[in-house]
Amino acid sequence: MSRYLIRRTLGALIVMFAVATLVFIMLRLVPGDPIAAMLFDAGDPDAVDEIRAKLGLDQPMYVQYVKWLWFALHGDFGQSIYGSRIEVSRLIMEALPRTLSLASLSFVIAIIIAIPAGLIAATHRNTSADYAVTFVAFIGLSMPDFWLAILLIIVFAANLHWMPAIGYVPLAEGFWPWLSHLILPAIAVGTAFSAIVARMIRSSMLEVLNMEYMRVARSKGLSEITLIWSHAFPNALIPVVTVIGIAFALLMSGAVVVENVFAIKGLGRLLIQGILNRDYPVVQGAILVVSAIFVFSNLLVDVLYSVIDPRVRLQS
Amino acid sequence: MTKYANVLGADGDSPPISHKSSFASVIFRDKKALFGTIVLAVFVFVALFAPWIAPYDPTAMDFDMMIPPSFEFPLGTDDLGRDLLSRIIYGTQISLLVGVSTVTIALVFGVAMGIAAGYYGGWIDMIIMRYIDLQWAFPNFIIAVYLVAVFGAGLLNVIVAISLAFLDDFARIARSMVLTIKEEQYVSAARVSGASDFRIMWRHILPNAVAPIIVQATVSVSYAILGEASLSFLGLGVESETPTWGLILADARSFISRAWWLGIFPGVAIMLTVLSINFLGDGLRDYLDVREVKDI
Repeated sequence: MSRYLIRRTLGALIVMFAVATLVFIMLRLVPGDPIAAMLFDAGDPDAVDEIRAKLGLDQPMYVQYVKWLWFALHGDFGQSIYGSRIEVSRLIMEALPRTLSLASLSFVIAIIIAIPAGLIAATHRNTSADYAVTFVAFIGLSMPDFWLAILLIIVFAANLHWMPAIGYVPLAEGFWPWLSHLILPAIAVGTAFSAIVARMIRSSMLEVLNMEYMRVARSKGLSEITLIWSHAFPNALIPVVTVIGIAFALLMSGAVVVENVFAIKGLGRLLIQGILNRDYPVVQGAILVVSAIFVFSNLLVDVLYSVIDPRVRLQS
Repeated sequence: MTKYANVLGADGDSPPISHKSSFASVIFRDKKALFGTIVLAVFVFVALFAPWIAPYDPTAMDFDMMIPPSFEFPLGTDDLGRDLLSRIIYGTQISLLVGVSTVTIALVFGVAMGIAAGYYGGWIDMIIMRYIDLQWAFPNFIIAVYLVAVFGAGLLNVIVAISLAFLDDFARIARSMVLTIKEEQYVSAARVSGASDFRIMWRHILPNAVAPIIVQATVSVSYAILGEASLSFLGLGVESETPTWGLILADARSFISRAWWLGIFPGVAIMLTVLSINFLGDGLRDYLDVREVKDI
């Protein structure tokens, strides 16, 4: 187990090193001079040399590269070159809890909806309940998250006035203010994931229900409830754990888009605003943090999976 | 293991792919796939003949602003007095173009990479796998966002960005197919009979890896269309004069409370297109008996 753990952690660290290198190289591939373009936009073309010196862009490439790796390792991504020139690390630290709140709430809502839906579909196979779950899941997979966000705002914020349309309130200021601001974005982000999990649980349950041990359990005269909850469901959950990795991809991508609809100043909004403002230190920092979250949460899932199902680590 | 791999061609050539029933007859039995095919066909028709179908010029600001849906303007007009139906009809072109072209590019290059990696093994496999691992460090959509950030917006850049984002999916699936097919007897037979590496990959391995690749491609087209719409919506897509569904929705955001049709119809167009592709993909998955491809 510990060998597996060390190997996987080492792998993740190497990937992160490569990502940091890639981010460094990519930004040097930008056509034209981003600093000049940015300062031209800001109406301050004379400050080019000053800014270049400040960002260390006048130094040789290898010095820039080593510095970038060293500072990134310490969470220092330099200053925003736009507006008030705040430290990028401060911007990220402010944005991070918002994105994590949104992603976790989306995850919880998605699971709360997906598990009963998938179970009902599997245990009532080929009934109208099953068809309804499948149909709704397909719709959920096919709706763009930002459009769902707009629909939710039209219905629940603009017309019913149940929730505020935009903004974010930290959890420290109360549970309900936090939840009421986050619930619509969380539904918008979590719907596609919920649809995938519901379909996974359905097919995985159907497979387990056909297993030999289910017939044995049934022939022992166990009640249908016991059969499903203590024999079928725990086993059906094992393959579902593998899609949790997909969940992170969906939740992170969803957050990037949906944060912009609800004006939540999270990592996604920081990234997109950075791109639109050509604020490259911010883009670098945000992209690196997004990929770090993604890589390490996937590592965590893989390790958990190998604990649940030891066959995984023996195989590789 | 797919079911064809067991059918061994006597001459060591690729086994014939045969099915009990044709895909057309399956489509007619599978109502979802039938719906998907019909709706998709309508959208393709609309995209191809947009100039003849669209009632007005999609960019002309000729009319009163924000007219609700009426006989003259079936889907109403937008905040600049443009006909929404015409704009959505032209938007079909960009969506389908991006969906099909990105997946074609990603498929060709990804499958070539995956087959080379799986077939040759050794250092070629190692380099390609390290590249795939690196891409795995980002969700697909984030890759596309980042590439557009670096190289700028615009239709061509969006196509390149989304193609690159999907590359690793095809490479991974092709590689894992090759690793199983490589051990089949008909591959050894071909090798013994003196077939070149290229011929073995092209004639013997690729045809037997086709089923999961087709299913992956359908799933990817739907994600590519959603990705393009999201990029356009965020202002990272094609130029702002081009009507795309994501851009129409982005423009509509400030007017939704006064003009609901601006917020509803473009989204319905995206949803119907993606839904029909997903229905078709699901039908294909059942028909080809593919289990390797997950949603996304």
